[in-house]
Amino acid sequence: MPLPVFNFAEDPGSSFSELLHRVGLNPDYSAIGQDHKVPHATTCVAVRFHGGIVMGGDRRATAGNLISHRSMEKVVQADQFSAVAIAGAAGPAMEMVKVFQLSLEHYEKVEGKLLSLEGKANLLSTMIRQNLSAAMQGLVVVPIFGGYDTRRSEGRIWNFDVTGGRYEETEYVATGSGSVHCSTVLKMGWKENLSNDEAVKLVCRSLWEAADVDSATGGPDIRRGIYPVVAEISAQGWSRVSDDRLRAAFDAINAEVGAR
Amino acid sequence: MSMPFYVAPEQAMKDKADFARKGIARGRGLAAVGFVDGIAIVAENPSNSLRKVNEIYDRIAFAGVGKFNEFDALRRLGVRYADLQGYQYSRDDVDARSLANEYAVLIGHTFTVDPKPLEVEILVAEVALNGRPDEMFHILYDGTVADETNFAALGGDAEAVTDRLKATWKTGLRLGQAVSIAVESLSGPDRSIAASELEVGILDRNSARRCFRRLSDEEVENLLQG
Repeated sequence: MPLPVFNFAEDPGSSFSELLHRVGLNPDYSAIGQDHKVPHATTCVAVRFHGGIVMGGDRRATAGNLISHRSMEKVVQADQFSAVAIAGAAGPAMEMVKVFQLSLEHYEKVEGKLLSLEGKANLLSTMIRQNLSAAMQGLVVVPIFGGYDTRRSEGRIWNFDVTGGRYEETEYVATGSGSVHCSTVLKMGWKENLSNDEAVKLVCRSLWEAADVDSATGGPDIRRGIYPVVAEISAQGWSRVSDDRLRAAFDAINAEVGAR
Repeated sequence: MSMPFYVAPEQAMKDKADFARKGIARGRGLAAVGFVDGIAIVAENPSNSLRKVNEIYDRIAFAGVGKFNEFDALRRLGVRYADLQGYQYSRDDVDARSLANEYAVLIGHTFTVDPKPLEVEILVAEVALNGRPDEMFHILYDGTVADETNFAALGGDAEAVTDRLKATWKTGLRLGQAVSIAVESLSGPDRSIAASELEVGILDRNSARRCFRRLSDEEVENLLQG
């Protein structure tokens, strides 16, 4: 591949998606029909706590009524201080996340500075809007985004709709088929100044309740040792919650449900 | 009918080379020094925002001397090239050698075809994993590529700097020693350079993924004193 040289008017600047467009590598989903059953990923949530956010997502991907993946990772680190979780058509969603991650790094390297957290949310919003025609063919991608805003010293979370509409929330967000059930649990359990441990437990509980009633949301798979992906983002940056901690949280829920 | 003056190709190339060399010699130089954990690139640069040493990809760094706008445009091309390669194939498939070759093609083409050659010299450095040797490619204004080992010097005073590095470089250097000998080689025996006048970027092979890191003036100061 030669160096991607552009004339002055066509230079993509610091935008990686523009660059992909210029070299003809941007995805084109126009050929796919409505009735095509591609894998879909579902339920993800994010919660604000005192000092950051916790984001979690189940591991199941479904194609129609089949389980196509049981260990998918829908919560992905976007960069040191932010994460994105995806729900919707798995292929386009994973591609969107990949381009999003690369866009943040590309911008940082070309410009020599990081985008602000709000700038990152806005970039994601543009990418969802660009996917609108594919969404109309059934390839809907609706992520959630959140991170630690180093300028404001607080955690922030955003919800999106299929048109790229961007909604900042102050307590929690949920997306995907199990989001209604998750939202109810989060609404009941959320309070001001949650500790990070309480936030992790609340996220686990909401995913548990969603998996209990929604067939497209996977619960903890204790036999195979597959637990939801849960990550914390604070002033120290991204860190994934260990499976041991998650196992303990789900064991506690299990015991409580069993004792009813 | 008027005829253009005939200029012998030897003369045309020599004129362009002289022009480019003069432009490069006007700016200050830089030195790259290999050490145990990677490569330290030290540039004389009083500016805190116009950078000479930069990150290209996970294990690859870029440094340039000469005309700022020209080598910075080359740097952006390198970031684009590397990010596209990594997107299309895998992060493991991005390497300094192919990037250096592409730079050589572009700079060489500009030298022969364009009326004005690029007044730059650039360095593409990559730290290796698993005990393989690190790589440093030094590319001149006419597209000539030199594969350097252990250390490299760029800029007008490069020959003298290289001689000093030859005399002081040894295997098993620590970061502080590497930065010190780079600074001493750049300054020569007759002057000293303050930490605030230096720009230092390192490629540290022990990093998880992105190996490039910029050192603050304070860190440089401490390294030079320690």
